Amino acid sequence: MNVENRTTKIEVPILARVEGEGALDLEITAGKITKCELRIYEPPRYFEKFLEGREPNEVIDAVARICGICPLAYQAGFSNAYEAAFGVELTPWIHDMRLLMFLGEWIESHYLHTHLLAAPDFLNYRSGIEMAKDYPNEVLRGVRLQHLGNEILKLLGGRSVHPNGMKVGGFYRAPREEEVAVLIPKLEAALKDAKDVVEWFSQLPFPDAEVPFKMVSLRHPTEYPVFATEVITSDGETFNINDYDEHFREFHARQSTALHSTTIAGEPILFGPLSRINLNFDRLPPHIQEMANATGIKWPSRNMFHSIIARSIEGYWAIERALEICRNYTYTDKPALEYTPKAANAWGAVEAPRGIQIDHVQLDERGYATAIRISAPTSQNLPCIEANLRSSLETFGLDKPDDELRLHAEMVIRNYDPCISCSAHFLTLNITRQ
Amino acid sequence: MSTPDKLINFAKRPKIAVHKFSSCDGCQLALINDAVSLLELATMVDIVHFAEAGPLDEFAEVDLAIIEGSVNTHHDVHRIEMVRAKAKYVLSVGACALTGGIQALRNFTDEKELRHWQHDVYPEETEVIIEGDLATAKPISAYVKVDFELPGCPINTGQILRAIRQILFGVEPEKNVDPVCTTCKHAGVTCVMVAKNEPCLGPVVADGCDAICPKLGRGCYGCYGPAKYANMDAMIAKLKEMGLSDEQIKHKFHHINSQAITFHGVVARTISQ
Repeated sequence: MNVENRTTKIEVPILARVEGEGALDLEITAGKITKCELRIYEPPRYFEKFLEGREPNEVIDAVARICGICPLAYQAGFSNAYEAAFGVELTPWIHDMRLLMFLGEWIESHYLHTHLLAAPDFLNYRSGIEMAKDYPNEVLRGVRLQHLGNEILKLLGGRSVHPNGMKVGGFYRAPREEEVAVLIPKLEAALKDAKDVVEWFSQLPFPDAEVPFKMVSLRHPTEYPVFATEVITSDGETFNINDYDEHFREFHARQSTALHSTTIAGEPILFGPLSRINLNFDRLPPHIQEMANATGIKWPSRNMFHSIIARSIEGYWAIERALEICRNYTYTDKPALEYTPKAANAWGAVEAPRGIQIDHVQLDERGYATAIRISAPTSQNLPCIEANLRSSLETFGLDKPDDELRLHAEMVIRNYDPCISCSAHFLTLNITRQ
Repeated sequence: MSTPDKLINFAKRPKIAVHKFSSCDGCQLALINDAVSLLELATMVDIVHFAEAGPLDEFAEVDLAIIEGSVNTHHDVHRIEMVRAKAKYVLSVGACALTGGIQALRNFTDEKELRHWQHDVYPEETEVIIEGDLATAKPISAYVKVDFELPGCPINTGQILRAIRQILFGVEPEKNVDPVCTTCKHAGVTCVMVAKNEPCLGPVVADGCDAICPKLGRGCYGCYGPAKYANMDAMIAKLKEMGLSDEQIKHKFHHINSQAITFHGVVARTISQ
């Protein structure tokens, strides 16, 4: 049969090494991709609805349950929204502790993703467990770093999955100085490990995968962005998170139980570490910029596979920043601020490990939720992932055997670190923008 | 059948599968987050299916199937039946698998309201959701026989490794029968309810988390589900005495483990709706 005229259907019924349940349907007819759908079949979970009528701190505890890998992103996004709603100005102590805890989540999530989920693809292993047989030191180094992230989360939240320390206005408890001090030598030792990881990843073979998408991230006035209220894009736009709906549109695609996001004009938008580093390179300290340049990559990069290096550079930055916070730590007996609940509408945003997490709350006079909206980074990236799959498979060569195409497609998807158990997105757009 | 007999023919080097149903993936992280232990576990057992970690062989014959998540779709009813048919033993882990989890809060809706939820959350193409979705989120045991259960939202690493170790030794995983208060007393944690007048569910909630919340100075909100000998009437009377409204009390029990009979039944009986 003439290769040019064949129709090939490639199905990946379960995507391995991603968080949550997804599948890929790919159809190639006469040398062209005629169908490329990332199907998310994670069942809907309706967080937006059953949290209506709940008080603020119950919502903070509940939204952690959206995602096991990045529970804090939801807790932090909602805390920011409630604090904006109630007009709470965080003290420097609370701000630093929020940042420290969230850096713990970045560290945990980045090293879990890069070492156990993504790196095996670059080195032709089916899993991190298999890769560990040939790369024991590298895998253990990544795991050590991941554990350190968990330890930071545990310090402030009691445990790393669904931590319990954060509340609206601050924390339930301030750690004692000696509890924080034990992290210092571990963070110091981790700097060397993190630097070695950057060097190791810069040696990986990178397939071509130029992505034309508009890149989007938060922008902090002085440092690399984690919590911020300003959004910037690679087209030079700048706007406040409150104006999010004027720039982006969230919608429901038939093949998926997760929502998709695009610009208002329908173009894909890229969130996550590659967007962050490209748009905020100037916010990295000079010696980290040097480290990033020493990888041989010319920043800004549009090769999507450079995300793994971006994550490792962010991991290094996060460890160094966490170390600084720990070295300057002093105990306070006021880990939280009082607030008066009131009726309000507010947005909250954070840079989750995978990109911007943006939440919106509508509250009654008791501060109880009357409507909730949750936009997770993965759902915002889904149109990008599909477009990226099409172009990178064409670059890879559609005449390659099915197995190779399948593996390459999976590699492209895993490279995004899709986190699809969240399947929990409320769409107010159709209603509110009429 | 007595417990030692139950596991007497358990394979020396068993095949293990980890399956995910509707959940946040957080209980799987008890294995993945401690990758050192996972790598060591991989030297003792053959992990044949564990999608998030890599291995895929969904319906392989296994000695032990570890199940995370609750059953929310028609497709998953079929899947859990297939998994059960191929597994010698089934171990359910976490609040979702044991009681339906947080998404089981949908069980308090009626069909009309659920339809409304479906349209609100997925307004453009709701048929896909409506056709696939069940009206309820239910525990694994509502559909198939479950041999062992580990509570928690999430379970923790020590808990799952200990349970697997016990099964490898032919011993049924132990159940924690004490309430959270026991850990507080052993650890010398000041009672938040007595000292700070903080509502705490510790007296009626199963221990297993190491009393994380009271140690942080806040009340327990019930991640590990009901304790074995919970005096719910006394608990509810105490919460009322502390000034909580019926709505607030109801929300406390209608949370992570809302479908646990102890919580569900008592709230229905004692709180005005």
